[in-house]
Amino acid sequence: MAEPQKNAENGIHIRNLYKIFGHGAAGYVDMVKKGMTKAELNEKHGHVLGLKDINIDMPGGDIFVIMGLSGSGKSTLIRHINRLIDPTAGEVLVGDADVVKMNPRELRDFRRHKTAMVFQKFALLPHRNVLENTVYGLEVQGVPRARQVESAMRWIERVGLKGFEQKYPNQLSGGMQQRVGLARALTNDAPILLMDEAFSALDPLIRMDMQSVLLDLQKEIKKTIVFITHDLDEALRLGDRVAILRDGEVIQQGTAQDIVLNPADGYIANFVKEVNRGRVIRLDAVMAPINAGAQPASVRAHADTTLDEAATMLTKAGQTELSVVNGNGEQIGRLDLQRIISAMVTPAAGN
Amino acid sequence: MDWLTRFPHMDDDTLRVLKKSIDEGFRGFTRAYGDSIEGFFQPLQYFLIQSERFMTNTPWPIILLLIAAIAWFATRSWRIVISSVVTLLVIGYFDMWDDTMKTISMILVCTILSIVLGIPIGIAMSRSDRLQSWINPILDIMQTMPSFVYLIPVVMLLGIGKVPGLIAVVIYAIPPMIRLTNLGIRQVDRDVLEAADAFGSSSWQKLKNVQMPLALPTIMAGINQTIMMALAMVVIASMIGVQGLGQPVLKAIANQYFTLGVFNGLAIVGIAIVFDRISQAYGKRLQRHLEVIHG
Ligand SMILES: Nc1ncnc2c1ncn2[C@@H]1O[C@H](COP(=O)(O)OP(=O)(O)OP(=O)(O)O)[C@@H](O)[C@H]1O
Ligand SMILES: [Mg+2]
Repeated sequence: MAEPQKNAENGIHIRNLYKIFGHGAAGYVDMVKKGMTKAELNEKHGHVLGLKDINIDMPGGDIFVIMGLSGSGKSTLIRHINRLIDPTAGEVLVGDADVVKMNPRELRDFRRHKTAMVFQKFALLPHRNVLENTVYGLEVQGVPRARQVESAMRWIERVGLKGFEQKYPNQLSGGMQQRVGLARALTNDAPILLMDEAFSALDPLIRMDMQSVLLDLQKEIKKTIVFITHDLDEALRLGDRVAILRDGEVIQQGTAQDIVLNPADGYIANFVKEVNRGRVIRLDAVMAPINAGAQPASVRAHADTTLDEAATMLTKAGQTELSVVNGNGEQIGRLDLQRIISAMVTPAAGN
Repeated sequence: MDWLTRFPHMDDDTLRVLKKSIDEGFRGFTRAYGDSIEGFFQPLQYFLIQSERFMTNTPWPIILLLIAAIAWFATRSWRIVISSVVTLLVIGYFDMWDDTMKTISMILVCTILSIVLGIPIGIAMSRSDRLQSWINPILDIMQTMPSFVYLIPVVMLLGIGKVPGLIAVVIYAIPPMIRLTNLGIRQVDRDVLEAADAFGSSSWQKLKNVQMPLALPTIMAGINQTIMMALAMVVIASMIGVQGLGQPVLKAIANQYFTLGVFNGLAIVGIAIVFDRISQAYGKRLQRHLEVIHG
């Protein structure tokens, strides 16, 4: 918010993006546009439909989460943002520049200075130790060695790998390797971070810690972060906005709460079934209207409070009802414990 | 039924004319360009002479020390150092030191030349499937053609001596260098290359930081094979005037000196084993970091 100009520059806008894997892919876009499905395309022509008509706006400075089952096209999509994969049709705009139209030189500069990526399969350089892996981005940019090392050491420490600088990737566990990948990307200090299942190999404790690293980072320097995950709770904790992919198509995008409360179809309803709703849903989404005659409850909570927090407040105060207030302290609704609990557990309570 | 028992072939006269005109053509080419081609290879001549002078004029204890030091730094194994030194001592004791030095000098120059030419060709080949499909059959021909056969054009062009010998040896020994450089680079993990791309590496940075270091163990295997093939070829190259251990072998064949032949043959085997162990152990050391697998 402080620097909207700077952030707009790092917003990512994907327009009508198609990706078909196979020879002469361009010739099949029209068929897909006319409604051929992924299965049909594969059966009749042996081509794989990777992505179909993707339109996504990722505002600069936000964390945007992409979710979907295995094979739904998440990695394919994120690779289009720095053009590790060339689209079959469509545009990928970062700020005003279309990544798809960049020449090799522009693309290289864009990758060096604008983006950093964490890979699902880590993709560390096996012949380089942790420190040498971590400085890689800065080395490629031609930053002086002393600054490379200083910056790398800071992030190595932050991801909890201090003391392992001289180890080779094969001497580290999967989770440690993933953190090296994370440190390598963060050291690059790019305004756009592309994270493909960046936390998937971490144990729950370190995972929470790494999520905090991201959230802290977001408080200081607002980066545009594209984050792929299978873990809905993680998506909801991190994501300002979430998009859900199925078979290469975006089937719903919106805020976490939107998706939990109004799943677009059964697939998504299934997806969000297991989520901890108490941490996602905010009071204004489920509150009851003010009861004209009644006395307002003594416990007051802001409309943005999550159900979890509200339940804790009520329990502490020994009350069963609270008033929901807006930013100016005016009461805009009310909620009792009964209603809070039913919103936390029953999918139907949201309506 | 004559055509069934005798393969129907081109009529004798035509064939003779064909061979003759190719020979004539090549001779003409030699007459016209032989001198300038020889001039072109002059630097090689100089290089060869210098290297041989160094190997034969340096006092033998210094050479021995030098080889021991190389063995130590390449392998860090006392066993290999000691067996190398012992092999050379035995060779020297049987009065084959000078010939051995000449052969080592030749191998050294051939290997360096093969590396200098082979690695860039291998790199180019790894970058283009078209080029690969052109070069591969050529390499096959170079390796399967009986080596005596391509001594002929080399001798016609450049006569007898060190340089034609060098060229013949390099032609014979360079294919594994090219092939394994190509293979090593093509084998580099796609994911790692993608990561290098994602951070904006130029293609030179990718080659220098990722492809060459990861291909190095394979390239070392290529160097090892090149050395072995060069050693095998040195005997044959002695027919066109390359000095060293091959010459006595040749003499032994002509005069049926059994022991002379066996001694020199064993000396070649000895240095082959020394070179092989040193270069293989070095190749293994290069991939140390790949072997420590986390449990
Ligand atoms: N190079 C390729 N050639 C052909 N098909 C491909 C290629 N890359 C991906 N695909 C196909 O595209 C689809 C999406 O793959 P992608 O890797 O993007 O999935 P994902 O959502 O990242 O899955 P996961 O969660 O398992 O990582 C799959 O059907 C896959 O088979
Ligand atoms: Mg993936």
